[in-house]
Amino acid sequence: MFEALSLHHLQIYWWIIIALLGGLFVFIMFVQGGQTLLNQLSDNETEKTMLVNSLGRKWELGFTTLVLFGGALFAAFPKFYATSFGGAYWLWLGILFSFIVQAVSYEYRTKANNFLGTKTYEIFLWINGVVGTLLLGIAISTFFSGAAFHLDDNNFVHWETATRGLEALLQPLNWLLALAMLFLVRIIAGMYFLNNVDHEPIRAKARGMIKRNIVWFLPFFLGFVGWVLMKDGYAYDPETLKVALVPMKHLFNMLEMPIVAILFLIGVVMVLVAVFNSVFREKNCCIFTVGIGTVLTVMALLLNVGLNGTIYYPSVTDLQSSLSIENSAGSHYTLTAMSYASLMVPFVLAYIAYVWYAMDRVKITEEEITSSGEHHY
Amino acid sequence: MESMSSELVDWSRAQFALTALYHFLFVPLTLGLSFIVAIMETIYVKTGDERWKKITKFWMTLFAINFALGVATGLIMEFEFGTNWSNYSWFVGDIFGAPLAIEGILAFFMESTFFAVMFFGWNKVGKGFHLLSTWLVAVGSNLSALWILVANGWMQYPVGMAFNPDTVRNEMANFFDVILSPVAISKFLHTIGSGYVIGALFVIGVSAWMILKGRDLIEAKRSMVVGASFGLIVSIFLAVSGDESAYEVAQQQPVKLAAMEGLYKGEERAGIIAWGVLNPEKEIGDDRPEFLGDFEIPYALSFLGYHDIDAFVPGLDDLVYGNEKQGIEGAASKIEKGKVAVAALKAYKEAKAEKNEAAMAAANEKLQANMPYFGYGYLEKPTDVVPPIAITFYSFHVMVGLGMWFIALFLVVLYLTMANDITRFRKVLWVSLLSIPLGYVAAEAGWIVAEVGRQPWAIQDLMPVGVAATHIDAGNVQLSFWLFAALFTMLLIAEIKIMTRQIALGINGGH
Repeated sequence: MFEALSLHHLQIYWWIIIALLGGLFVFIMFVQGGQTLLNQLSDNETEKTMLVNSLGRKWELGFTTLVLFGGALFAAFPKFYATSFGGAYWLWLGILFSFIVQAVSYEYRTKANNFLGTKTYEIFLWINGVVGTLLLGIAISTFFSGAAFHLDDNNFVHWETATRGLEALLQPLNWLLALAMLFLVRIIAGMYFLNNVDHEPIRAKARGMIKRNIVWFLPFFLGFVGWVLMKDGYAYDPETLKVALVPMKHLFNMLEMPIVAILFLIGVVMVLVAVFNSVFREKNCCIFTVGIGTVLTVMALLLNVGLNGTIYYPSVTDLQSSLSIENSAGSHYTLTAMSYASLMVPFVLAYIAYVWYAMDRVKITEEEITSSGEHHY
Repeated sequence: MESMSSELVDWSRAQFALTALYHFLFVPLTLGLSFIVAIMETIYVKTGDERWKKITKFWMTLFAINFALGVATGLIMEFEFGTNWSNYSWFVGDIFGAPLAIEGILAFFMESTFFAVMFFGWNKVGKGFHLLSTWLVAVGSNLSALWILVANGWMQYPVGMAFNPDTVRNEMANFFDVILSPVAISKFLHTIGSGYVIGALFVIGVSAWMILKGRDLIEAKRSMVVGASFGLIVSIFLAVSGDESAYEVAQQQPVKLAAMEGLYKGEERAGIIAWGVLNPEKEIGDDRPEFLGDFEIPYALSFLGYHDIDAFVPGLDDLVYGNEKQGIEGAASKIEKGKVAVAALKAYKEAKAEKNEAAMAAANEKLQANMPYFGYGYLEKPTDVVPPIAITFYSFHVMVGLGMWFIALFLVVLYLTMANDITRFRKVLWVSLLSIPLGYVAAEAGWIVAEVGRQPWAIQDLMPVGVAATHIDAGNVQLSFWLFAALFTMLLIAEIKIMTRQIALGINGGH
């Protein structure tokens, strides 16, 4: 089946999967968003513990998506894996450290004799929520703004700065996406809590929080979209693979790939509708609306930067070292083999959805959290 | 390609070793305890006996404490090939990335999704679905071990690929050769076996402590039966898979086998050194004795390595300097061929730049003919193919010795629990408790044999560690090494403190 596809079609197929994973990952990062809200949305320890337990049933999904994102990039676009992770060393290690401390914090936070104290684990969760989200936003923003590296004749990466990726923090435009992501994941977290925690004081605070965060989110998000659509984009010639700057490349991508533009618009509208329903119509429905909206929006942005002859990881110092899906992908054989493995994805999504449904039928309540017979965080 | 500074390579290796050894402090217990917990829950569901539910939940709590740190330390492993071994990641990413991605799709989601049901679903889903979830966590954990060990097995014995000079990388040619490689399979079985043994040691050790303290006696004895029966079966399985692993090493990595056994001069009907003290003065090729003192089991090495007591087992001298009589090629000649391959790759690139197709074809032909020796082109002298001998030798012997000890221990404990009253044998109980750390020592020693024993190779014969690392100032890696060391140590202390407190709270004490 997949054998019959051309190498380029397989590259496109895999970029779509990467874009989907990226979208799912940003959605599930509501866990990170929620971790920044533990104090803000709780008035006492019981409420805080309810929030932690609500997130605690989902955090591993996000963590696993991050791991899969790394693995899928390694398999499908190994040149990106080698170039970016090896090159922007400290940027990625910063992200990883923030997730490492997350992984123990749920389990250890309230355990007796936990060495570092409950407060420390809550700080770990906050660090993961704020620092992890911002650094990831910056890392994704470099897909549009570029990085300083060149590849030698063995395709081995040489990074041009001693700061190894941290220099991206000094580019103000990268912060547009980083901050937009932070506010977005807090908004999604609010809707998740509305849906998952059956406790009116928390719900009231969550609605107020969503209202304030959407006000912060919009200017950064629109700023990012405006910058991306107006800026010169990096493009390559499909014949020669030569890279060149093209004015408003990303805007033209939207016009030349109307399906991507439509996905983007539907996604944004769904997020806004979800916010409207949560805040003004006081519904608790909207985690899936906002979730699908987020997935579509992020997917559209990644499809825009990866397809239609676009460079998705530009080198600002050596244009011809820039990465496109054509020059960074795995071989035809490997992409074919991986494509068969990807047929498992719908099955995996189905059992995740089923378990989510089965577990969330019973909402988190004060009684559950305060009862001693249950395992909770 | 050029070799990088030894300082950078050493720090990169140190960081990988540190993170991998830490990760493997938590993985084996996850692998083993997940099945033991699933067995316990199955007994609960079958019998409906609430005591078994309590037992299950107790061990599940300990499982979760350990699991959290396994997850935390595992994250970096997925990315470290990129961050610290980026040349490697490009050179073989087309093959190596696939098992890692499949691991994510097939295994990690299964583990993490059903983990949530296992812990929070007691009152939310039916008994049957809960039990299924517990089993799926066990299956998921073990599946993830499969894929990462397929990847590791490939590094030890690269198969199923072809070198593409245009992209300067190896590309996958046969997926099934990669996943069904005998080295990968034996590595998988041996590694999960070690996890099962550690799980069983943990259960009997902790149960022994409870019995010694006179607490939760009924539950502790029941746990002991499950732990010891499981342990006896899996420790024998571990020995069998170890034998298979050694056979594969003999076939594919004879230098590693010689180092494991401290064998310098190859011989027919070679024996195994049951114990020995290496002569620190000994150099490859000289006539000094290998050991200051040793005890040998005759014929055993020939049998282990080749399943033939008469077989010739090459020693380090033969493998480094060659042995014409036995038809063994020395490292010097392999280095020659490697240099031909490296030069041919260079010639290919030059011809390509000049668009000289005839020259490209000629260079490629030469390159492909010498490709199996490509990595040797980056070595300087024949002795470079030899790994650190002492650490490989002692690690191997510690591992095997402890493996034997575990079989004996499980046998005794199982007999005393089933046929006698184990609570009266306090010394056996103490020994069981003290054997918990020995399981970890054995497992880590096994990894040291596997990974130090294959030096200087990142990928056997194709890429030495010296060209595999990321180009980066060594100071960066040094700093990240210490950050990982500090963070993981801090989390390990937290884990041990929480774990011991939970054990002290006991089975009837609460969660």
